[in-house]
Amino acid sequence: MSENSMRTPLARVRGLGTAKDGVHHWWMQRLTAVALVPLVLWFVVSIAGLAGMSYVEAVAWISSPWVSVFLVLLIVATFYHAQLGVQVVIEDYVHNEPVKLAALVALKFAAIILAVAAIFAVLKIAFGG
Amino acid sequence: MAEFTLPANSKPKIGNTYPAPSGAKRTKTFKIYRYDPDKSETPRIDSYTLDLDDMAPMVLDALIKIKNDVDTTLTFRRSCREGICGSCSMNIDGTNTLACLKPIDEVKGEVHIYPLPHMPVIKDLVPDLATPYAQLASVEPWLQTKTPPPPNQERLQSPEEREKLDGLWECVLCFCCTTSCPSYWWNGDRYLGPAVLLQAYRWIADSRDEFTGERLDALEDPFRLYRCHTIMNCTKTCPKHLNPAKAIAEIKKLMVMRQ
Repeated sequence: MSENSMRTPLARVRGLGTAKDGVHHWWMQRLTAVALVPLVLWFVVSIAGLAGMSYVEAVAWISSPWVSVFLVLLIVATFYHAQLGVQVVIEDYVHNEPVKLAALVALKFAAIILAVAAIFAVLKIAFGG
Repeated sequence: MAEFTLPANSKPKIGNTYPAPSGAKRTKTFKIYRYDPDKSETPRIDSYTLDLDDMAPMVLDALIKIKNDVDTTLTFRRSCREGICGSCSMNIDGTNTLACLKPIDEVKGEVHIYPLPHMPVIKDLVPDLATPYAQLASVEPWLQTKTPPPPNQERLQSPEEREKLDGLWECVLCFCCTTSCPSYWWNGDRYLGPAVLLQAYRWIADSRDEFTGERLDALEDPFRLYRCHTIMNCTKTCPKHLNPAKAIAEIKKLMVMRQ
């Protein structure tokens, strides 16, 4: 804001214009949040129920069809929601443009790699790998 | 990266002390931020002790008393002294408010007075509001229509339609809310801030305005609108008891509705 410039305040405020974007981000953040409420509750209760089970029993639990489906949904919603939220934090606080861009790229890549790895693990168990 | 260190002149030093007038029975001390960017001095906190029995009850009255009788160099904005002009917005006792609407006896102990937070200081309690004023101009806060005005008649509005403007038209543009918003502190160059978004919604909600779509277009931006993270400082601090956070939420709802 304290940029040393002869531009008028209105020119600075109007800037590059609107991005015509933001609704989708906002709406998906809310949708994934709503989806995560039942998914996380189910996950926490189920994991607590697994306490004391053997490896074989745990693998059998994961590979049952509905559990596999819900686990994949949980992974997708979690990583989608998380990267939307962290993206906002980076945009809020990182004001060095190259650093911001690098952080956003790293965030998106990390979210996709972690989500794909987690989904692959569930599917491998589900399909008897 | 994020700024972890304070910029120059962020830490004020202890300044001058002006003792109470002799014979004063009920006194109150005002610790006031003093800074003149044109001089190469760090900001200081001056301490003024006043006789409460010799002045009117509001914080603005104390500032006027100081300027008239104690220290003429103190600089602040004021005009109407009754909460209508929005000039005397400042940070009093840790909260942004209008000095003219803030009773001195609401503050326990010393009264700390600073300019509105996170804005460039022109002098003492006068912040540079050029950016928020330009942001206000950017939302074109006036009635816009394609339909020409009806001859010999105003543009009509039902009482129900008029009611939708209640809680919006009362804003006096003091920018207490905008300068209390952490999101505005970090991204005030691109985020419009609560006061301007409330003004934008005042025209979006006006049944006579025909440019609702264009107004929403101009706000549909990750920074202009969506830097609002519903922190609610705006609503908490508003000296007119308005709800900018609700106005922003209504804009976000309309953005989804038109998808």
